[in-house]
Amino acid sequence: MNRRILLLLPLAAAAVIAAGCGGASDASTGDGGASNGSTKLSLVAYSTPQVVYDDAIPAFQKTAAGKDIGFDQSYGASGDQSRAVAGGLGADVVEFSLEPDMKRLVDAGLVAPSWNQNAHKGFVSDSVIALVVRKGNPKGIHDWNDLLKPGIEVITPNPFTSGSAKWNLLGAFVHGGLPFVKALLTQHVKVQPKSGREATQAFISGQGDVLISYENEAITAQQKGEKVDYVIPPDNILIQNPIAVTKDSKHPQQAQAFVNYLWSAAGQKLFGKHGYRPVDPAVAKQFHFPTPSNLKTIDDLGGWDKIDTQFFDPDKGSIAQIEKDAGVSTAK
Amino acid sequence: MLSRWGLRGAVLVYLGALLLVPTGLVFYRTFEHGLGAFWDSVTTPAAQHAFQLTLELAAIAVPLNTIFGIAMALALVRGRWRGKALVEAIIDLPFAVSPVIIGLSLLLVFGREGWIHLPFQVMFALPGMALATIFVSLPFVVREVVPVLREVGDEQEQAAATLGATGWQTFRRITLPSLRWGVAYGVVLSVARAIGEFGAVSVVSGHIAGKTDTLTLLVQERFENFDVRGAYAASALLAAIALATLFTMTLTRRRTA
Amino acid sequence: MLASRPLSRRAAGNGAGLGLGLGTLWLSLIVLLPLAAVVAKSTDGGWSAFWHAVSSRQAVDALELTLGASLLVAAISAVMGTATAWVLVRDEGIPGPVRSVFNAVIDLPFALPTIVAGITLLALYKDVAFTRTAIVLALLFVTLPFVVRAVQPVLLELDREMEEAAASLGASALTTFRRIILPNLLPAIVSGAALAFARAVGEFGSVVLFSGNIPFKSQVASVFIFSQVESDNTAGAASVSVVLLAISVVVLLGIRRVGRSHA
Repeated sequence: MNRRILLLLPLAAAAVIAAGCGGASDASTGDGGASNGSTKLSLVAYSTPQVVYDDAIPAFQKTAAGKDIGFDQSYGASGDQSRAVAGGLGADVVEFSLEPDMKRLVDAGLVAPSWNQNAHKGFVSDSVIALVVRKGNPKGIHDWNDLLKPGIEVITPNPFTSGSAKWNLLGAFVHGGLPFVKALLTQHVKVQPKSGREATQAFISGQGDVLISYENEAITAQQKGEKVDYVIPPDNILIQNPIAVTKDSKHPQQAQAFVNYLWSAAGQKLFGKHGYRPVDPAVAKQFHFPTPSNLKTIDDLGGWDKIDTQFFDPDKGSIAQIEKDAGVSTAK
Repeated sequence: MLSRWGLRGAVLVYLGALLLVPTGLVFYRTFEHGLGAFWDSVTTPAAQHAFQLTLELAAIAVPLNTIFGIAMALALVRGRWRGKALVEAIIDLPFAVSPVIIGLSLLLVFGREGWIHLPFQVMFALPGMALATIFVSLPFVVREVVPVLREVGDEQEQAAATLGATGWQTFRRITLPSLRWGVAYGVVLSVARAIGEFGAVSVVSGHIAGKTDTLTLLVQERFENFDVRGAYAASALLAAIALATLFTMTLTRRRTA
Repeated sequence: MLASRPLSRRAAGNGAGLGLGLGTLWLSLIVLLPLAAVVAKSTDGGWSAFWHAVSSRQAVDALELTLGASLLVAAISAVMGTATAWVLVRDEGIPGPVRSVFNAVIDLPFALPTIVAGITLLALYKDVAFTRTAIVLALLFVTLPFVVRAVQPVLLELDREMEEAAASLGASALTTFRRIILPNLLPAIVSGAALAFARAVGEFGSVVLFSGNIPFKSQVASVFIFSQVESDNTAGAASVSVVLLAISVVVLLGIRRVGRSHA
């Protein structure tokens, strides 16, 4: 009997110590949002813009509209976050990596269908596909075709476990259609990690020669000291990240004020600072992002509904078929 | 003689390659930049909160599963009823259920469109995370107590009964003490499992920074934000808690043997 | 003597009865209720949708890979786990402190978050990464403690008399092991292997990064299930999970029966 108490004592002691320990540096994740204030807004976003919000939230709190507003922040994979909100995770402001994750919430009745009826069509930031390579670009990658050079190993996340990964293959599609995607997937992709960030981690820890990712991801990696370079291929697709205030938000005005701040010049500048392309053209000009010569949008390709059905339907989609062939040809 | 070295060698290589080298690497990566950097990493408010939450979840899950474990072990060993094999298989199931499914199942039961609606928040809050932690650490105490109970036999209890002890007295004074090492070992294993759980808790946590992040979730978050050093620091903290429980385990197991 | 038996049976019976009541209540609330929800979800689209989800080529490949790898891991774990337990318990040649260290670290796979395991294995064993071997390696890591910890206590309790008798009758070490020691260890080995199998089936975190996750080739069932959830095909995910769990229960029951018949 007393042995069990002995066992629990160290745990209890540790808990007490943890509670009383003096705080040290605040550099770690999620510590940015101050929790003072009478209003609490819940921000649920996908993982990569956390660096932006670490700046944007304090900046917003310094404005008149943002005084006395505290924030709860949640970051994770775009699909996971979207499903969490659909499953009951409280949110006032939601931002995702791609539109279908927002549509899920519209279908669930949690976001108004009019979410994209505004000047920016509901998007708060843009990006484009980047081919991330080792510092110095030792393999001489300058365009999509270089990915098919013999021996080049490509990392791209699995589009069926990561919605955001669909952008990557769509970029490849813009370049060379389905045959190119097929050649890429069947011959040069040895690993398709579960999510974008996992893919980045795999690449950084030494796997592969090229990582298909987004410009903002590459810039963030560089800003955090990772030794990578990146190439923006001319055939590209515009990645648009949607943002919205939820329907059942208890503080809709304050939530909208925050979103408006993100759309303001000050907010957009913060996005630009961290490698995202501002949706505000005037601010975008200040950042000199290179313009790919053949930049398509989702609408050019027919819209998400069409793409999801045609390419990414797990049974009948053409990319699903290519994945099947990739597995079959190299299986067993 | 040769075969003994062969066996020894094979085992040492197996353990070394699979266990010692990887965990050694974790500790090396943690401390290669010095103790100060490590300390800073584990004392940020986020890390402190994660540490507290991790211990809290273990403090909820383990005692409850211990009571269950002893109760179920008694039923399995001393009781007379059919279907024991099936129940034992169900008890083992939590291992086989992938964390995605655990999260999904809790969502289906307690989520926004779930079966059960309680007046307080279950999903994406402490109760949901506790349920997930209880789920994954369920089997341990049972599995450790059953063999001990089988070995111990019930002669002492019978003797106590003839001397007029009530059921509860017998249980408290004779049964329970005889089980204490099996229970202790099961408890320590459950603690290790509870603090190390990632997948299931990840799905039901909602990732609310500073509120629903456990140490394992913090590890992943830090990896994902290119704070590899911080990630390894948090992992080392987890490993340290585990080693502390392991140390206790080695003590208790020596007694069981 | 006769007078005491009804009392004792009552005492034991009460304990067992209450235990069963509490136990099944808890088991139902924590395990059966959520799993029932999954089963219910899997029937959302009726039998045809269930069958369709479960029999797709990708699902079947993922299930085959998972079950195959898990059985292999259970088998390897059974052998190496027993060997490890043997060395830890019986090998006099290893100094005490060394033995204690090895003994203590065996349980680390329980507590280290799986993502750390994945990243570390990826860093260490780059050449094997993204192959089926990688999956087996990662699963061996997470299931390491099971067989060892099951066999150790039994080995410690084992009565040496029979072994000594056999030796004095001229039996070789191998024969003694095969005919006298092994039968006594088998239930524990089998029990540990069953747990290792179950754990391998459910593993998600450590495997993914290391395994390659190429559908049809190196994608384990748990990740395939996740991909169904990501595609908003929750019913399909539930269906595959139900099948996976059902097969696991059958294997677990079978393994226990084997153990019981040799006890």
